[in-house]
Amino acid sequence: MIRTKDPTATERPSVATPGEPGVATGKVPDRQTERRTSSVLLRRSRRWAAAVGRLVLLLFLVTASTFMLLKLTPGSPIDSILPPDATPAQIASARKQFDLDQPLVIQYVRWIGHVLHGDLGRSYRTHEQVLSMIRHAAPVSLEIAALALLTALVLSVPVAVWSAYRPGRLVDRVATALTSATLATPAFVLAILLVYVFGVRLGWFPILGWVPFSEDPVEHVRHLVLPVVTLALGQCVLFTKLLKGDMMATLQQDHVLSARARGLPTWRILIKHALRQSSFSLVTVMGVVVGQLIGGTVLVESIFSIPGMGTLLIGAVSSRDYIVIQAIVLMTALLYLVLNALVDRSYPLLDPRVRKGRAW
Amino acid sequence: MGQGGSLVAVPPVPSELAVGLRLRRNKRPIGAILGATWLILVILAAVLAQALPLPKPASLGNTYSALPGWHHLLGTDALGRDVLSRIVFGARGSMAVAVGATTVALLIGVPLGMISGFFRGATDSGISLFVNFMLSFPPLIFLIAVVTALKPGIVTLVVALSLLGIPNFARVARANTIALADREFVTAARALGASPLRILRRELLANVMLPVLSLALVVMATLVVAEGTLSFLGLGIPPPTPSWGGMLAAGRDSLRTDPQLVLIPALCFFFTVLAFNNLGDWARSRVGRGSSI
Repeated sequence: MIRTKDPTATERPSVATPGEPGVATGKVPDRQTERRTSSVLLRRSRRWAAAVGRLVLLLFLVTASTFMLLKLTPGSPIDSILPPDATPAQIASARKQFDLDQPLVIQYVRWIGHVLHGDLGRSYRTHEQVLSMIRHAAPVSLEIAALALLTALVLSVPVAVWSAYRPGRLVDRVATALTSATLATPAFVLAILLVYVFGVRLGWFPILGWVPFSEDPVEHVRHLVLPVVTLALGQCVLFTKLLKGDMMATLQQDHVLSARARGLPTWRILIKHALRQSSFSLVTVMGVVVGQLIGGTVLVESIFSIPGMGTLLIGAVSSRDYIVIQAIVLMTALLYLVLNALVDRSYPLLDPRVRKGRAW
Repeated sequence: MGQGGSLVAVPPVPSELAVGLRLRRNKRPIGAILGATWLILVILAAVLAQALPLPKPASLGNTYSALPGWHHLLGTDALGRDVLSRIVFGARGSMAVAVGATTVALLIGVPLGMISGFFRGATDSGISLFVNFMLSFPPLIFLIAVVTALKPGIVTLVVALSLLGIPNFARVARANTIALADREFVTAARALGASPLRILRRELLANVMLPVLSLALVVMATLVVAEGTLSFLGLGIPPPTPSWGGMLAAGRDSLRTDPQLVLIPALCFFFTVLAFNNLGDWARSRVGRGSSI
């Protein structure tokens, strides 16, 4: 396949990332020096080292703060394990058993040790291993989040491409109106409205519950539709806006004109020449998207009573089952942190135009 | 398809600029005006809630789930409480939390971002680490964690939501400070012997505030949604006090029979967020830069 080299692209100092008003353009490295491979390698390896260092520091801060979450919460874990009329001796032995008589640093190190061995503790309420609770709930949440992401892409890419190709026409106008309407509808409001229209009024889909795929594939999908659509619509807004903006800018560029001049069909230019280049900023917002998906999944699960991580979390919050809360906060924060670090590190791999200073 | 050559015939003006120009030339910013009107209404209602001739939001009536009518302009809920009164008093909580949290976040985030962008180096790295740390929790999970660790109530909500808002303000303040720090007026001030603090306060602050204030509108919209989400999940404003999120959650149970109990708070959310977004878009188009979340 021929990849057309784009002369205008290399001239552009930076990709217009939304949210970074002109920072990245501040110090553009001299192209001459960047061509020297040794310095590039050095710089690249130094940047990776710095990124890894930051990630490790953040991991420490995140684990330490989730550990502190349990310490900050009212009442010690012992209160919920021992009967209320426990003797001081019983309390002391329980404190010893849970390492609570040790300094905080030691407690933290031991806790991390347990976590690394996959021991997140036992639920105060059900005395079940927290890890096994998460192992049952996580696949459900992941399925919903992944399907929502996929649905959002499938819905928004064609709309964005067409709106950029024909701005101001019917598709664009309808899309713009729908986007700003969806943007103004919080996810939980959207969920209830969807439930009301498609569940209660039309009766097309069940309004709550969950059927495992192994039990009944058809019912499984029917139960999935409303939660997934709720989550996906929120993401659609972001995707459509970003992609449309980028596509419109790309369509102005010379290589599109040249492709046109060579007589390539429209769909081919749109998809092969413009979309590929424009889809980059979708990657840059993936960090935000993952965060929204995690939060959205919690919400959607609690609305549709789906037995995933969100339901687990909300249940734990209402029954003050702090050890479960701590485990879920820890797991989601780690997942989020690592995914974000990967996304950040992937820009330079995907697009040579941004191989330089970062901005937060 | 078929309209061959027009692919390149798109006018060579970046889209947002074109829209902005068109709006500014021959159109009043209707969205922003309507948004401002709605917000003024909501804020007035929230402030004057006590003085309005409304039944108490907690007083139980003897008509249950009534449709909107003469006695109860927006009807009553399942416990016979006046919906309009609950919406008005609910606006109080939502607005207090959103405005309070945005203000706190702005007051903390902007200095952080400006210091970080002005001094760069180690200070920048330190503040960056702090901001990245706050950003390393998924927003809703972060809120739930903070809210469970502290006592539920309005103060906790303000604390949690402002923590969520700080990184946004810090980021925009930092970016704009960096862009401005090399400008002539800053160099001139420095040459005149102004201290860094004076430069930050007298030269940079006013310039940074414009984009920051246009961001504040967007942040306020997200915080209204975040507060609603928490109240909806039962983790926000505790139940006897009315809140839009709580009303939605309560109305869910009677969705089949009384959809208006859900639709009314839903519309309130919709208009409020739409209003903030429209105003934010308008402000951003005027300021020329800024950031979304």
